[in-house]
Amino acid sequence: MEDRATITLTVNGLTQTRAVDARLLLSDFLRHDLGLTGTHVGCEHGVCGACTILLDGRSARSCLTLAIQADGATIETVEGLGRMGDLGRVQQAFRDHHGLQCGFCTPGFLMTITDMLRHHPLETDDQIREALSGNICRCTGYQHIVDAVRELARARGPLT
Amino acid sequence: MKPARFDYVRAESIAHAVEALAGAGGDGKVLAGGQSLMPMMNFRLVKPSVLVDINRIPDLDRITLEAGTLRLGALVRHRMTAEDVLVARHIPVLHAAMKHVAHLTVRNRGTFCGSVCHADPAAEMPMMTLLLDGTIHIASPRGTRTMPARDFLIGSLATALEPDEMVTAVDLAIPADGTGWAFEEFSRRHGDYALAAVAVLMERRDGRARNVRIAMMGIADTALRLSDVEAALEGREGTAEAFDEVVARLKASLAPNSDLNASADYRRHLAGALARRALADAWDRAREAHMEPA
Ligand SMILES: Cc1cc2nc3c(=O)[nH]c(=O)nc-3n(C[C@H](O)[C@H](O)[C@H](O)COP(=O)(O)OP(=O)(O)OC[C@H]3O[C@@H](n4cnc5c(N)ncnc54)[C@H](O)[C@@H]3O)c2cc1C
Ligand code: FES
Ligand code: FES
Repeated sequence: MEDRATITLTVNGLTQTRAVDARLLLSDFLRHDLGLTGTHVGCEHGVCGACTILLDGRSARSCLTLAIQADGATIETVEGLGRMGDLGRVQQAFRDHHGLQCGFCTPGFLMTITDMLRHHPLETDDQIREALSGNICRCTGYQHIVDAVRELARARGPLT
Repeated sequence: MKPARFDYVRAESIAHAVEALAGAGGDGKVLAGGQSLMPMMNFRLVKPSVLVDINRIPDLDRITLEAGTLRLGALVRHRMTAEDVLVARHIPVLHAAMKHVAHLTVRNRGTFCGSVCHADPAAEMPMMTLLLDGTIHIASPRGTRTMPARDFLIGSLATALEPDEMVTAVDLAIPADGTGWAFEEFSRRHGDYALAAVAVLMERRDGRARNVRIAMMGIADTALRLSDVEAALEGREGTAEAFDEVVARLKASLAPNSDLNASADYRRHLAGALARRALADAWDRAREAHMEPA
């Protein structure tokens, strides 16, 4: 029983060991302790989706996860998807379809969509919109984001 | 730091978890999916002195078929319930309800049992547990006990759980073969908490509705089984007149609140419209079973 502990986890392929307060949120750990400020923080109660990361391969709200819970886990953040001049597929599709304006919501969308493409059937626009419904964007009106996901889902395999 | 300071216990077993809860002297909290507890802790609406993380306890993430029931362990996530083949085959009404629960990312983490323990009046899981005559399995350092869901869920965000107890599983009764079912919900955005929802089960024997079960939420400070309305339909033919009559009775019996999202009148109207649709659908889906001659 501790209010502080040392955790070891893999973030974007690198092993990290840090001492953390038990009450430190994973979102704040990523941003403040590891300097990975690509993960954004909007509402801190699970509603906006800006802080979405992948925890052991599935999307999770980093604002609703304690860093200490991620001990031993594999975390992927937006920084792991690609870099300037070498964008990942999802990032490139957002760029091609103008899927962002201010970009605040974008990291969360990119991580949610990565989970969607890996695990969920996305055969219709309705399915795409449903899967995106946990992420809020105040700028785009979503249509260009749906366009980007539709193209990614097509490239993934034939639509039935 | 957003949450207030607490001591963290990574429980290795159920026994370990309930010992830690008992040691917290009434001020401990179980952490399951964290999809309701963490928002409350981030806003310091809840400040446990000890947080007991049950996520690493082995074998709690199972859905198993027992005699006549499906058992959902304490770490069965919403996604698992939504995708499980046993649920889809044996309790299609639950399969249908799960499509309405939150969003993909929240479903990856949130647990069925956690939702029942949280007892939000607008959540699907407590309502479905009531509909399916659920039994709650409870452990504490004093041993184990079971409790019917209708005794467990006592109010808005309130259950009969003692501070040193945790829920280890929920059992749901599998409806008889051929039971008709329906689930209807209205929310303003997909995956948001519902304004109202209704779920119905009914059998059909010799042209009459039998063993009618109706659960609703969004109309009171807990999800409810509508036993008066169930009784009013029991043994009647599934005609439009019968459904209209029981829906009128249902609307008369409701005293919903007005709030930011909807007025009481609107909620009563909505509840009636959803119930009317669900009763007809459940009747249509029910397969006729003739009673054996006495
Ligand atoms: C954006 C968003 C949208 C949502 N939309 C919906 C929705 O549409 N419908 C819906 O039903 N829910 C919705 N939820 C809530 C979600 O379903 C939660 O998963 C659920 O309410 C709680 O489950 P949990 O496992 O996350 O529990 P936690 O948050 O970990 O715990 C909740 C409470 O239950 C207690 N608890 C948990 N497990 C146990 C146990 N085994 N024994 C004893 N006590 C326990 C905790 O101590 C705490 O008090 C939403 C949540 C978010 C963030
Ligand atoms: S910051 Fe986590 S969901 Fe909004
Ligand atoms: S691009 Fe501005 S919030 Fe989505």
